[in-house]
Amino acid sequence: MSPADLTATQLLAELDSGRVTSAEVTGACLCRIEQHDGQIKAFLRVDRDAAMARAHQLDRRRAAGEPLGRLAGLPVAVKDVLCTEGEPTTCASRMLEHFRPPYDATVITRLRQAGAVLLGKTNMDEFAMGGSTENSAFQITRNPWDPARIPGGSSGGAAACVAARMAPLSVGSDTGGSIREPAALCGVTGLKPTYGRVSRFGLVAFASSLDQVGPLAQTAEDAALLLEVLAGYDPKDSTSVDRPVPAYTQSIHRPLEGLRIGLVREHFGEGLDAEVEAAVREAVRVYRSLGAAVKEISLPHGKYAVATYYIIAPCEASSNLARYDGVHFGFRTDERQMLAELEAERRELERLGDQRRLADLDNPLIRMYRRTRSEGFGPEVKRRIMLGTYALSAGYYDAYYLKALKVRRLIRRDYDRAFAEVDLIAGPVAPTPAYPIGEKIDDPLAMYLFDLYTVSTNLAGLPGISIPCGFSSQGLPIGLQLQAPPFEEERLLRAAHMFQQATDWHARKPRLE
Amino acid sequence: MPISGDEVEKVSLLGRLLLTPEEVQQMTAQMGAILEYFALLAQVDTEGVEPMAHALDLADVLRPDEVCASLDREKALANAPKRDAECYLVPAVLGQ
Repeated sequence: MSPADLTATQLLAELDSGRVTSAEVTGACLCRIEQHDGQIKAFLRVDRDAAMARAHQLDRRRAAGEPLGRLAGLPVAVKDVLCTEGEPTTCASRMLEHFRPPYDATVITRLRQAGAVLLGKTNMDEFAMGGSTENSAFQITRNPWDPARIPGGSSGGAAACVAARMAPLSVGSDTGGSIREPAALCGVTGLKPTYGRVSRFGLVAFASSLDQVGPLAQTAEDAALLLEVLAGYDPKDSTSVDRPVPAYTQSIHRPLEGLRIGLVREHFGEGLDAEVEAAVREAVRVYRSLGAAVKEISLPHGKYAVATYYIIAPCEASSNLARYDGVHFGFRTDERQMLAELEAERRELERLGDQRRLADLDNPLIRMYRRTRSEGFGPEVKRRIMLGTYALSAGYYDAYYLKALKVRRLIRRDYDRAFAEVDLIAGPVAPTPAYPIGEKIDDPLAMYLFDLYTVSTNLAGLPGISIPCGFSSQGLPIGLQLQAPPFEEERLLRAAHMFQQATDWHARKPRLE
Repeated sequence: MPISGDEVEKVSLLGRLLLTPEEVQQMTAQMGAILEYFALLAQVDTEGVEPMAHALDLADVLRPDEVCASLDREKALANAPKRDAECYLVPAVLGQ
């Protein structure tokens, strides 16, 4: 068995005892990547030399008896939405294809300080907008369980590389389900922390009130380890919360007594694949056998969640992505071509004597912005900028954005009421297992509706985890989602670990060609 | 039709995007379908409900008004598409 097949927790024990070196572990992961990533395409960039150098350095420090961080010697992959100083951070967009950030994201700093070996940057939907990783400007990542299918998104590369055992740990981001959904579709564990639990400094912003960074791993135990390193107050992020980080890796071993689980009545309706429903219900039966009480609850505003999210997120995105204008960094359109085109338009309008359109003609700066953004952004990003700009514009702001913010509060209130009766909410992550690549790409609304079980968690700011709970008759992974009240990541991890002690879905891995 | 081609063009200017005629057509259809879906929210009674812009009850998160290290000028200019010794360069805005 290759070291690449071990969990992070197992690897730490092996590294500690000296049975394996970080160079061997890192080498094994790089070998896996070399063998299979040509097909899977989880990585946009692999830093082979830097990773091996770091691994050797950590081995030397360990041998010298120096104090080491919590992740010392462990390979970690990072979604390309997090800034790594001096190295390309592209967000899978032509807009940032050659961008090298002048600073590390806080979570990257924490990973480096913890002794992690950064393997490289993983593929994603452009600017984290999407649920399939098909919206990457550079490549499509394939689901390791079936290469004709999507890995999910937007953290598709991060989920796929853990599923394919190319890395024991990866870091993703989740705005409407982008850690949990690919985790479910790839058969790995993925956690979205409470909003404010993990710093967003250096996380390229999509929707500032919804984005969170979180861990993906083979097990809840490993996710707990990574979360301990990522979480914590950061003065550089004014939305990060000053609250101590619990010792997730310690408390995880204490099973939950008297656990009350809520099943949402509205989740089990039309549109939910029968096999997904069966796997989720079976998982809940496992919890019953472990002593949990299960009751039906209602989240009545859940049916408005997708509409609410797809107003709020694009609105926030239209503001966050305004910075990509070709001025300070990132892609800029070819100025000479731009000026020539503008000049040709001007002459044509003068020839036609069209004074109105002449007066309205873009000045060069505006034209530079427009051309830069149209050439630099892909279709999904443009669609969301358009939706957000429209919903925030005069005359529409109240009917769309303000309305959505009010429904958001009602969605949050539903959860607060539910958590007065239950400790955790269990349910599906996605309505079906992974669908074929290309199936929904021409139908944006169908793609958006796939997020129906995950967006509410972000709208309410709550933590949620996806853990493997079964397989479809076609051998595709199915995920169980658990949601908890704010800052109850411990509860989520303990419950997830309980399930992973009683089942072995999480231990299955795809057979790679 | 929830949105017209003209409105799409206007919004594209606000969003600093430039759409081809084909893109305008496609965007009009796609946005139309999505906006039609949003009409669902009109069913919700939100009378007296406070808008929720944020998950946390944070307000006025400030730091002491002390000068601290900022981003080095060279680092800030390092990714500039066009620059001189001190600043970013952009096309001159003619006649304005």
